[in-house]
Amino acid sequence: MSSPDTALVQATGSPQRLVDMVFRLREYGIIVVLIVFIAVTTSIQPRFLHQQNIMFVLLNATIYALLALGETMVVVSRQMDLSVGSVLGLSAYVSSNLFGQVHGIPIPVVFLAGIGIGLVCGVVNGAITAFARVPGLVVTLATLYIIRGIDFSIVGGGEVVASSLPAHFTAIGSDSLDGIPYVTMVVAVVIVAGAYFLRSFRSGRELYAIGSNPDAARLVGIPIARRVFTAYVASGAIAGLAGVIWATYYGLVDSTAGTGYELTVVTAVVVGGVAIFGGSGSAVGAAFGALLLSAIATALYVLGVSPFWDPAFDGLLLVLAITLDRGIAVRLAEVMRKRTFRHEP
Amino acid sequence: MATAGISAVAPPVSGTEPPAPSPTSGVGEPPPSGTGLAHPSRLRVLARWEIALFATFVAVFVVGRVLSPEFLTSYNFLSMGLSNGELAIMAVPMMLIVVTGEIDLSVSSTLCLASCLLGFLWVHGWPMPAIIVVVLICGAFLGAFNGFLVTRVGLPSIAVTIGTMLLYAGIGEMLLGSNIVSNFPAAYTNLGIYSVPGIGLSYSTVIFFGLALISGVILHFTPFGRSLFAMGANQEAAIFSGIRVKRTKTILYIFSGIVCSGTGILYTFRLSSAEYNNGQGLVLSVVAIVLLGGVSIFGGTGSMVGVVFAVLIYSGLLDALLLTGFPQQASGIVIGGLLLLSVLVPSVPEFRSRLRAGRHRLWGQPPETAIAHNGSVAQPRLTGDSSSKVGQGGQPI
Repeated sequence: MSSPDTALVQATGSPQRLVDMVFRLREYGIIVVLIVFIAVTTSIQPRFLHQQNIMFVLLNATIYALLALGETMVVVSRQMDLSVGSVLGLSAYVSSNLFGQVHGIPIPVVFLAGIGIGLVCGVVNGAITAFARVPGLVVTLATLYIIRGIDFSIVGGGEVVASSLPAHFTAIGSDSLDGIPYVTMVVAVVIVAGAYFLRSFRSGRELYAIGSNPDAARLVGIPIARRVFTAYVASGAIAGLAGVIWATYYGLVDSTAGTGYELTVVTAVVVGGVAIFGGSGSAVGAAFGALLLSAIATALYVLGVSPFWDPAFDGLLLVLAITLDRGIAVRLAEVMRKRTFRHEP
Repeated sequence: MATAGISAVAPPVSGTEPPAPSPTSGVGEPPPSGTGLAHPSRLRVLARWEIALFATFVAVFVVGRVLSPEFLTSYNFLSMGLSNGELAIMAVPMMLIVVTGEIDLSVSSTLCLASCLLGFLWVHGWPMPAIIVVVLICGAFLGAFNGFLVTRVGLPSIAVTIGTMLLYAGIGEMLLGSNIVSNFPAAYTNLGIYSVPGIGLSYSTVIFFGLALISGVILHFTPFGRSLFAMGANQEAAIFSGIRVKRTKTILYIFSGIVCSGTGILYTFRLSSAEYNNGQGLVLSVVAIVLLGGVSIFGGTGSMVGVVFAVLIYSGLLDALLLTGFPQQASGIVIGGLLLLSVLVPSVPEFRSRLRAGRHRLWGQPPETAIAHNGSVAQPRLTGDSSSKVGQGGQPI
C-alpha cells in the first residue's frame, strides 16, 4: 500500500514536517469532531451537558479509553489484540471475588491482582505472537476463546454482587469531583503517560517503526520480537487494570463481563486515527475516539433516539473515519511525490 | 491501490500450489530458487495438514462415540447440523475471501440484518417468497458495499468490515428495535428444524455441503479459483499477470452478502424468531473455523477440504463436550486451544531452526536484507518469511 507510513520512512526534510503536521491534524480532527458533536447535541437538547450526563459519558469512555491505550500500542506495531474483552472479564471477576475469599484484603492488592492476571494473559499472547511468529490476530482470537472459557469455568453460574464488595471499592467507580469521576482523572494520567512513552521513548518510537515497515525496522536493528512482546504484555496488563475498574464501576460481575469489547475498542482506536496497518496514530487520539463513541451513545439517549441506533452510528463513523484517512493519505502521497521530485537533482 | 510504485515486482505466482499454512524460515538457509512460493516440501506440509485435520476429525468422532452412545445417532447428526449449520455455511464465503488476503467481519451482522428485514417485512404483511427475494438482494447490496469500500476506495478490509459489522447490525436494530417477530408460518419454520426428507440431515447441513462442494471445485479447479490464491499470495503479481483483482474481490463480497443473508433466513426459521441480536458474536467462530481449516490469515493458501474438516471437528467437538456434560460455555477453551495449535504446529520447524541458530535470532532478527543503492529499503528476498509477507500483503498482522 502506498500509504504515508511507508512514505514516512523514506521521507526526509520538509515532507517529514508535512507528514507530522497532517498526523497532528488528524489527532486534532477527532477533538474538533467531538466538540462540534457536543455543541450540536447541546443546542438541540441543553440537558446533554448536565453534570450527570457528563459523568456518564466519562465513566463509560474511561474503560474503553484505557483499553484503547493498550490496543494502540499493539496496533501501531501492526498487530492486533482481540483478547482484551476476555482478559477484562477474567480480571474483573477474579479480582472482585477476592473480597469474598480473603477477608479484609486491601484494595490496592486487588488492583495488583487484576493487573497481574492481565499481565499473565499478555505474556502468553506476546510470547506466542513474537517468538512463534504467528499472526497476533489469530493468537488473540484463540486466547479470546480460551480466556473466556477459563473465566466461565471459574465463574460458572456465579456472580459477584455489589453488596459483597466494600463501599470504598465501588466508590472508586462512582465518586467524582464536579462531575468528573476520580477514576477518569487517574486513567487520563495513565493514558497521557502511555502516549508520552509511545511518542518520546526510543522503544515507543520503535513500535511505530515496526508497524510502519517491518522489514526496514529489522534492517535498522530493532528487536522486533521483544518490542511486540512488550506491547502485548502492556496491553494485557492494561486490560487487567480495566477489569478491576469495570468491577468498581458496575459492581455486578458475572462470566459475561466485557464480552464483545474487543471490537468496540478496535473501533475506538481506528476512529481515533490509529492506522489499522500500524505505523501511525496516538493513544490520545484513540482515547478521544473512545470518548466520541461514548458521547454518541449518551447523546442518542438524551435526544430520545432509540439506543438501538447506536451501533449503526458507530459503524458509519468508523467507515467515514477510515475513508477520510485514506483520502488524506492519497493526497499526502501525491504532494510528497511532487516535493521529492523537486528536491532531487 | 497504487502499490506498484513502492513494492518491487515479485514473480507471478498464479498456477503455483498454495504453500503450507506457515512458511519455513529463510534464516540460515539459501533462498529457494524459482518463484520462491512453490516449494515441493511445502506441498507435503499442506498434505500433512489435511491429514492431520482428518485424523483429528476421526479422533473426535471416535472419542465422542466412546464417551456417549448417543453421539453417532442420526438424531444427533441432525441436531449437530442444526446448531452449527449457519456457522458452517458462512465459513464458505469467508474462506474464499480470506484466501484472497482480505477478511469479512460483517458476516454475522449481514445475517442479523437479513433476519431483522425478514421480520420487518413480514410484520408489514409481505408475502414470504417476495420477502426472501428482497432479503437476498439486500444481502447482495450489503456485500457490494463492503466490496466497493475495500476495492474501489482502497480501505483495509479488516477496518471496513468492523465498521459495516456495526453498521449492518445497527440497521437491523433500527428496523426492529426491541420487537421480536415470531409468527412465521410453520411451513417455513419447519425448514429450520426438520431434516431434508430422505437424507436425515438439516437443510443447513445439506446447503453447506452443496456450497462447499461447488465453491471447492471452483476454487481448486478453475482459473477463477486459482486466481484467488494468486491475488492472496501476491496482489501486485496478480495484477501484473492480468487478473482483475478488484472485480474478483467485489464478486466475492457480493457472494458473501448473498450467502450470509440466506443464512439469516435459515437462522430466523430455525429459531422462528427475528430479533436484533440474532447471530451476534458468530463472526469470530466463523473466522476460527476457517483458520483451523489451514487457511492462512495472510491469504494465498488453504483448501476447501480443510475447511470442511474444520467444520466437522468444530461441531463434533462441541457436541461431544455437550453430551458429556462439559460446561458448554467453557468449551471455548477447547476451540481456542485447537485454533492455537493449528497455527503453532506448522511453525514448530521454523522455531526449532531459529533456536538452533542461536538465542539472538529468537529475540531479534539478524540483518539479512541488503540496502539498495539509493538508500531505500530493498524488497526482501522471497524466502517465504512470514514477516516479508506482511510487507507485501498489507495485512494488519
